[in-house]
Amino acid sequence: MDFFLVSLIKIVVVFGAFMTTLAYLQWVERKVLAHIQLRLGPQRVGPHGLLQPLADVIKLATKEGLIPANVNTFFYILAPFLAVSLALISIAVIPFGPEIELFGVRTNLELTSLNIGVLLILAISSVGVYGIALGGWASNNKYSLMGGLRSSAQMISYELPMTIALATPLLVLNTLDLRQIAERQGGGWFWNWTAFSYPPLLFIAFIVFLISAFAETNRVPFDLPEAENELVAGFHTEYSSLAFAGFFMAEYANMVTITCVSTTIFLGGWHPPFPAPYSNFVPTALFWFFGGVLLFHGLTQPARRWDRFTFPAFGVISLGLGAIFLLAATVLPIIGQILLPVFWFVAKVGLLLFLFIWVRGTLPRFRYDQLMRFTWTFLFPVALGCLLLTGLGVALFG
Amino acid sequence: MPESLAQQYFPLLVQILLAVLVAGGMVAAGLLIGKKVKNRVKEMPYECGMTPTGNARERFSVKFYLVGMLFILFDIEAVFLFPWAVVFRELKLFAWFEMVTFVVLILAGFFYIWKKGALDWTQTETSKAHKPPTALDLMLSDELEVAGRR
Repeated sequence: MDFFLVSLIKIVVVFGAFMTTLAYLQWVERKVLAHIQLRLGPQRVGPHGLLQPLADVIKLATKEGLIPANVNTFFYILAPFLAVSLALISIAVIPFGPEIELFGVRTNLELTSLNIGVLLILAISSVGVYGIALGGWASNNKYSLMGGLRSSAQMISYELPMTIALATPLLVLNTLDLRQIAERQGGGWFWNWTAFSYPPLLFIAFIVFLISAFAETNRVPFDLPEAENELVAGFHTEYSSLAFAGFFMAEYANMVTITCVSTTIFLGGWHPPFPAPYSNFVPTALFWFFGGVLLFHGLTQPARRWDRFTFPAFGVISLGLGAIFLLAATVLPIIGQILLPVFWFVAKVGLLLFLFIWVRGTLPRFRYDQLMRFTWTFLFPVALGCLLLTGLGVALFG
Repeated sequence: MPESLAQQYFPLLVQILLAVLVAGGMVAAGLLIGKKVKNRVKEMPYECGMTPTGNARERFSVKFYLVGMLFILFDIEAVFLFPWAVVFRELKLFAWFEMVTFVVLILAGFFYIWKKGALDWTQTETSKAHKPPTALDLMLSDELEVAGRR
């Protein structure tokens, strides 16, 4: 009874946090892209456009859900459903922190710890192709068909190096349970993380995995399925209303999931980059630094009228967060055992997500033949060679 | 700590249920909410404002089928890697040599399809047949006049 209640609470918390992340990732992406291009980005709805995700949802929900003539209605409706539902499942096996004890209840900071965690994530991400392929095919539109076809071929091609690059760290870790994977990398400095063991072999595997992850989530520079200037919007050209939003939500959910997976497997999960007593004060230092910068800019040189109020407000919030983390690190270990691991996990995931957006703001798109040649004749042999060399290293040196 | 199988998989089931509910709710709400105005022009497939020509479900390049087939072949290889990796530390060099043998066999097939041009999307059968001869071809063939007339 106790167990079921605790799991339900955890599911509600994680699911709520996950959906909020998805909504605000869109905002973050637009803001970061805008600043890369010397624009301001969303600015009108709420301070700094912070209510933009809400406005987008309301706007899309009140639009007409159109089913064009001659589409295959069943698959047309099934496609966004598949895309969204599959994208939201994998988060269940991601560990966010160690085992904690709260009010006499011992529980893991994750929804469930399966001994087939890695396989489950691979399986679900493979099925994810169907949403896009079916959506493209069922729409009865030439752009959608081309987008769906390209996307299916691209996603299955990049799944190969991704799978091999994911098998490489398992040679060192020898388990498919994501919780054990994260635990085996802890206790010390960042060179205990998988990405930095047997250098540079596993780092190469990490890079291969990351590149394949970009392609799997259809992100720039691999966004051929929705190449705007040739295919209008690719596989979701004919979709409107919340079904259209669903495809975007699925893309962002896949992005978050895949960065969580790479954090857990390659970057040590929730473990800080250097040993515990010192790393516990890093969050406080960071929050206070940002709070100070925001206060300084807001009070002394506000660039826009509203910055005079919003920047100090955000600065005070940041200082408060820093104080909470300071308390958590020193006198309130009951909060610290939750906040500190989650902080490091979120920090790593956030850095990787920023990398996704940064790359989108920087790189142009591949040509299709380049895309296919890159994975089959470069990534695949590199991943395979990396795997065999790592195997040799583990076999010879333990 | 969850011990039994049911306890391990219960949160996953709840998560799947939630995901299905959210996805189904989104798609259903998208179709139901919002005013509906039907007309023939709006229901046409979108082709940049032009009148759509022909059927969208046309034939497409055989390369896509080829990639699908190759993927299945190599993905089966990748599936074998996971159990191998998990027990690797117990078997060590023995497992390594076994896998090298397996990978070499797979790679033989890989280089075959590579050389056959199955991975090259710029090159189709027709473009290969009508490819203009390169300088090396001309030097080797000793038929400069014939090539020049072509």
